[in-house]
Amino acid sequence: MNKMNELLKIQHLSKYYYNKNALNDVNLSLEKGKIYGLLGPNGSGKTTLMKIIAGLHKQTSGEVLLNNRPLSYKTKANISYMPTENFFYDSFKVKDIVKFYSDMYEDFQVESAFNTLEKIKVDPEFSISKLSSGLVGKLKVALALSRNVELYMLDEPLNGVDVLSRDVIIDLITRSCGENKVIVVSTHLVSEIEKILDSLIFLKDGTIALAGDAEELRMSRCTSVEGIYKEVFGND
Amino acid sequence: MEFNNNIPIYIQVMEKIKQNIVSGKLKLGVKMPSSRDYSAQLGINFNTVARVYKEMELEEILFTKRGLGTFVTKSPERINRLRHEMAKKQINAFINGMQKIGFTKKDMIKFIEMEFNNQERNE
Repeated sequence: MNKMNELLKIQHLSKYYYNKNALNDVNLSLEKGKIYGLLGPNGSGKTTLMKIIAGLHKQTSGEVLLNNRPLSYKTKANISYMPTENFFYDSFKVKDIVKFYSDMYEDFQVESAFNTLEKIKVDPEFSISKLSSGLVGKLKVALALSRNVELYMLDEPLNGVDVLSRDVIIDLITRSCGENKVIVVSTHLVSEIEKILDSLIFLKDGTIALAGDAEELRMSRCTSVEGIYKEVFGND
Repeated sequence: MEFNNNIPIYIQVMEKIKQNIVSGKLKLGVKMPSSRDYSAQLGINFNTVARVYKEMELEEILFTKRGLGTFVTKSPERINRLRHEMAKKQINAFINGMQKIGFTKKDMIKFIEMEFNNQERNE
């Protein structure tokens, strides 16, 4: 593979919690310009993997390199991570959250954030406590993608979000990917998002069960990504 | 455009573009949307459209001018060949399907004429 295009490299990554083996010898290489689907049922290790890359968890063993450098506070600034939980204060208005983001992150693009909010019909004057879960879902993704970094990780952006808002979120992700960026999306709602994924990583019980180019896998297995998902995880 | 997730998406997009060219919806020499715009429009991945353009350039149905964009070929001969290729594929699929339900060549031709007559009468 072309080393120039490699943004993230993960080697022999393992994570143990007490007696649970959350990740087991994970090896990955993510290339710039691609959208990756991190797929697997609940408890397969998707969130653990993202949190380690984001620097929120420490691995038990193994290495994570961003642009060939081990993770540090410097590499961390180059990662926009959207956790699956809700993390907004209820008393805030949408515009306060935007302000908070622009104070927190030097790379946050305020103007483009407001443009996006307008496009996805989230009023900056809205109070967070009054937002539907669909609107919160859209807002979270819009904010995470309004940072100007190389690596974006969205943990379950489609969870608990209605069908129409899902389409908006998928559209946001599609439009945000650029030549020098990597977007990693974890999900178990495969059928809705599969047409925007370049590459797939199937995580099963903390190990990579299958990884590869989405179109090649469709072709070689003669089925959809959802079909492959069922093949990989269906026999449990 | 609706996609069938069981078939590689780039193949479906290529097929659609070819249909539009052969049917005249896309005129010779016309400029294609940028991969970014087209991918947003279709709701698919940017790289998928880039791949479509690349494959169709190899087939000489599209061509790229550096810094200007991607265009439909200006060659009527190429489009003609494409029309033949596509027609052949359709007809082969038809013949195949008809043979499976026991039609001979003579029956097929007779049946096609009958159907056309029916349609014309109904118009």
